[in-house]
Amino acid sequence: MIIFSLQILLISILAGIVGSVLGLGGGIIVTPALTLLFGVSIEHAIGASIISVIATSSGSAIAYIRDRITNLRVGMFLEIATTIGAITGAFIGGIIAPNLLYIIFGLLLIYSAVNMIKKKKGDQQEQIEMHPAAQKLKLQGSYYDKAIKENISYNVGNVYGGFGVMYGAGIISGLLGIGSGSFKVMAMDVFMKLPLKVSTATSNFMMGVTGAASAGVYLLRGDIDPHIAGPVALGVLAGATLGAQIMQRLKSKTIRMLFIPVLVYVAIQMIVQGMGLSK
Amino acid sequence: MNDKKTDIQDVELAVSRWLRIGVILSAVVILIGLILLFITGTSGYPGNTYPHSLSDIFNGAIELKSYAVITVGLILLILTPVLRVAISIWVFMREGDKLYMGITTIVLLILIVSFVLGKA
Repeated sequence: MIIFSLQILLISILAGIVGSVLGLGGGIIVTPALTLLFGVSIEHAIGASIISVIATSSGSAIAYIRDRITNLRVGMFLEIATTIGAITGAFIGGIIAPNLLYIIFGLLLIYSAVNMIKKKKGDQQEQIEMHPAAQKLKLQGSYYDKAIKENISYNVGNVYGGFGVMYGAGIISGLLGIGSGSFKVMAMDVFMKLPLKVSTATSNFMMGVTGAASAGVYLLRGDIDPHIAGPVALGVLAGATLGAQIMQRLKSKTIRMLFIPVLVYVAIQMIVQGMGLSK
Repeated sequence: MNDKKTDIQDVELAVSRWLRIGVILSAVVILIGLILLFITGTSGYPGNTYPHSLSDIFNGAIELKSYAVITVGLILLILTPVLRVAISIWVFMREGDKLYMGITTIVLLILIVSFVLGKA
């Protein structure tokens, strides 16, 4: 019993580090690890992963908010879209078959990876026009980048596009119990043109809030098994605290490069599982 | 401009500080639950079942049933982001930022609605 918990704890520390650095919430590692390595049912794995999402978010947000990487205003504003989306998703979830969930999950990740590869080349932050809505909402910001030792000021573009993608991200998160961080990062990075580090930190911040909306539903439905979710929570909290320090010292380009293989790897595993090819 | 910067920094510091308290508290409770599980060797519940109504969870936690204690810790963890939103409303209000007070209040209301919907 202790060995089982320790193994889950170790995997979860890794999930916390990866999740906090990439803005992904850790569900991306926890869900496949639990189902594929530990034979946990997909329902319980999703329950545990939503806990991991919240743990990544809260663990990393302590440092990201203190160090002003997270853009609180952007986060709070977009949160409206994701929380409504999450409620939508959590209720659709009971209707769709698990196999289909695997495949949807996999395809979504591949889609994110393709988008990331397209963006890999440019690391330089483009100077962009301030969107009028962004002006009104006071979304612009600045942060100190520890990797290049520079203060970075930034504007915010396409607010409506970002808001729309965020609603979709919320649905996915409620549906699959993942933070759908890849979509959140994409909405901020690609649509709203925020710096990558601000996007991942703000994505982490938001995932916890969105996740809380779904987690209440999952907990009361009985999908959160304490024997699994307990070690997951502890491991991910530790990992995320560590990851929040690591991320600030990485170059944006490095973060982007780390992002892509993780997405592709997990995507393929989930699709194979969903089609019933493995086992 | 300087004043404005200090404002949002206040929000950030307050949120960060409260978040740390919530995270440490929930981690400690989960850890106590896991230690109970290992020492007693029992979840406190028959077979593979575990409590998932709020009253069962809290009654079980008072009786120090390990699964119930872990679940209380998980609930505290789930509440940390909610707390984060609530603290933000309070700080925005204190700083007279009506727009963000409104936005953040809407977020909190949606969160509460989702908890209620989940219970139904």
